[in-house]
Amino acid sequence: MSSLKKLLLGEQGLVVIFALAFVIVSLTVPNFLTERNMLGLLQSVVTIGIVACTMMFCLASRDFDLSVGSTVAFSGMVAVMASNATGSIILGLLAALVCGGVVGLVNGVVIARFRINALITTLATMQIVRGLALIASDGRAVGINDPAFYQLALSKFFGVPTPIWIMAALFIVFGFVLNRTVFGKNTLAIGGNPEASRLAGVNVITMRIWIFALQGLVCAIAGVLLASRITSGQPNAATGLELSVISACVLGGVSLAGGRAAMTGVIVGVLIMGIAENVMNLLNIQAFYQYVVRGLILLIAVLLDNLRSTAVGRRG
Amino acid sequence: MTDFLQFNGISKGYPGVQALSDISFSVRKGAVHGLMGENGAGKSTLIRLLSGDQSADAGEIRIDGQPQHYCSVRDAFQAGVIVIHQELQLVPELSVAENLWLGRFPGKGGVINSRTLIETVRQKLAEIGIDVDPSTKVGQLSIGERQMVEIAKAVMLDARVIALDEPTSSLSSRESEILFALIAKLKAKGTIILYVSHRLDEIFRLCDSLTVLRDGKLAAHHPDIGQVTRDQIISEMVGREISNIWGYKPREAGAVRLKVRDLSGSKLPVPISFDVRAGEILGFFGLIGAGRSEMTRLVYGADSRRSGTVEVDGVKVAPDSPPQSIRSGMVLCPEDRKHDGIVQGRSIEENIAISSRRHFSPFGILSPRKEADLADTFIARLKVRTPSRKQDIINLSGGNQQKVILGRWLSEQGVKLLIIDEPTRGIDVGAKSEIYEILYDLAAGGMAIVVISSELPEVMGITDRIMVMCQGRVAADIPRTEFDERRILAAALPDTSPVAAAQS
Repeated sequence: MSSLKKLLLGEQGLVVIFALAFVIVSLTVPNFLTERNMLGLLQSVVTIGIVACTMMFCLASRDFDLSVGSTVAFSGMVAVMASNATGSIILGLLAALVCGGVVGLVNGVVIARFRINALITTLATMQIVRGLALIASDGRAVGINDPAFYQLALSKFFGVPTPIWIMAALFIVFGFVLNRTVFGKNTLAIGGNPEASRLAGVNVITMRIWIFALQGLVCAIAGVLLASRITSGQPNAATGLELSVISACVLGGVSLAGGRAAMTGVIVGVLIMGIAENVMNLLNIQAFYQYVVRGLILLIAVLLDNLRSTAVGRRG
Repeated sequence: MTDFLQFNGISKGYPGVQALSDISFSVRKGAVHGLMGENGAGKSTLIRLLSGDQSADAGEIRIDGQPQHYCSVRDAFQAGVIVIHQELQLVPELSVAENLWLGRFPGKGGVINSRTLIETVRQKLAEIGIDVDPSTKVGQLSIGERQMVEIAKAVMLDARVIALDEPTSSLSSRESEILFALIAKLKAKGTIILYVSHRLDEIFRLCDSLTVLRDGKLAAHHPDIGQVTRDQIISEMVGREISNIWGYKPREAGAVRLKVRDLSGSKLPVPISFDVRAGEILGFFGLIGAGRSEMTRLVYGADSRRSGTVEVDGVKVAPDSPPQSIRSGMVLCPEDRKHDGIVQGRSIEENIAISSRRHFSPFGILSPRKEADLADTFIARLKVRTPSRKQDIINLSGGNQQKVILGRWLSEQGVKLLIIDEPTRGIDVGAKSEIYEILYDLAAGGMAIVVISSELPEVMGITDRIMVMCQGRVAADIPRTEFDERRILAAALPDTSPVAAAQS
């Protein structure tokens, strides 16, 4: 009993639970463990997975970003409109990255430099940016002129679609940044104790601005891929994305109080969200029920996390 | 005279540590009982068991002959045992009266009878001689007053045993006096006070009996404190004789390293100027609120300057930027370790390397091997007591946390000036000597050191020169040859030096 408890509440508890769930689902749900379904599953989590990379940094430094969904839609929109206008996909992509980066930068400067609460700031930018996307397109979807744009999402390497490769690459890059760079360690230190980190020579303001700017850039990448997949710029795309991303991070053991995060955890969190949705689709469960299930998964994850930290606390 | 509170064979272990083994002693009714020991000796664990926060692996606590089997803080309350921790447990947004009634508000059907609320508290406070208005918000009280309120809460709950954990560590001497008077009153009522402190003079003044713990074991139990001497207690605590805990060694002072001119800020309106030389240990002494910590934070750039310049080795230091200060060779060990010093939730290794890792992390990419070596080096050099460098810093005792923060700065390159605010607050005698030793070594190596302390014996014991601060000004600048306790105290007290204040 106690060894089971240890296994579930230990460092790798989430991975163990994930592996168990995966095995059970593979055995019981028909058509789950097929190459086609696996690729579909991964493709469905690309947006959440990519944005979760930087959301992890945001949460780990005790910040919060609600504007990611709007930024994804807005930068996708910009990519489509700019490439239609200039006839160059490259320029369209660059424009999207710049726009995403600017949104993030504005968030960061307002939050870190002017010390406005992150929740309020990003709640405001979430609406402003969504508004900009709607204004730019007059509220309608904007079709892609150049079919080459579709290739971003459709192309494959070794049988795996490009967006999945990009997501995997970002997982590796940000995993490395978190664990093996000064940037990552400083992020965790800020989340652990912002004032002590500042006095220890960490440039807290600059760090926080960078984290938000990165978040904006990464949202732009996700936005471009999403636009390519849905073959148009949609001003209403990715609504509610911020909640799914934050759920995935929390599910992956990232502490909302800051100071604790792991890339593997976030990946598992993202996959759990994806699998739950996928399985419910395969079992033909009505979409309305899926909200309930997603909410329940999040609650259970947080409860588990709570149990885990009390277990850790007792050890100290 | 019966033994009212008894500890019988108490043992408690945590993974990797036996925090307490077979502790037995007893306390008479109406006694103030001292509990001493170095950090990590097991005092906190014992207090935690008494408070019901944790339960013992073996042994029992008896109150009035009755074995207690409580397993929560609430149960302990019911048994009449209340522990008052260093971090006070009051809600700042609520009034004094509301805090005292919290959890059992008087009234019917959820509607609070505010008159009963205020009046009962007013009565209780008057009874025990605490001069605080029950309708004041706790957030507006001083730390000393808050502590009084905590004690009043214990009295309201009819506590039979009150344990005070380092109660005077953040009190001024005047506030401490009020606390001591209150303790005397409680004692007269027959309440047992368990008094945990590092301060020998307080122990001798207040306590009737004393228990000394060392390494989780009972080192000594003195039913009558009149029969023991200071030196005896110190040697019982450390297990060896310490003749002179200061161990001061004279040094040659070199060229001026730190030059501060006309420095002022919002919390330090009167400009301050001073120099510190290489190899010199300069002490800043003053009462709480005299502006010492505000001054150091300005020098270091932790707060914004209003005016003035700071130079290290003749080079001006950019204002308002701790990273720039560190690059200029100036480092700070802050007063409030928990809030400003340690990064909770992260390992010792990361806490040491947080600043210096930039020297061996090309393009911001870490070298885990070098970081581990660095941590091991300083853990060994500063004798940090820990099972591993991966240990979360929050699990260390105060002295060891202080050593880790020292390690953080000693691992930096080109440190010329070390500012250390309250170097040994909450740190036991043995670790104190070790920290002083480190400071002397650094000064001998040519570093300039600024020590801020509110303990006069400490400043007099270890510094070469003392600047006394009073109400935000420098009231006196005294070299070691002229150290005189009365002169320093007189300069630090606002009322006694009206002439000096008028002159400056």
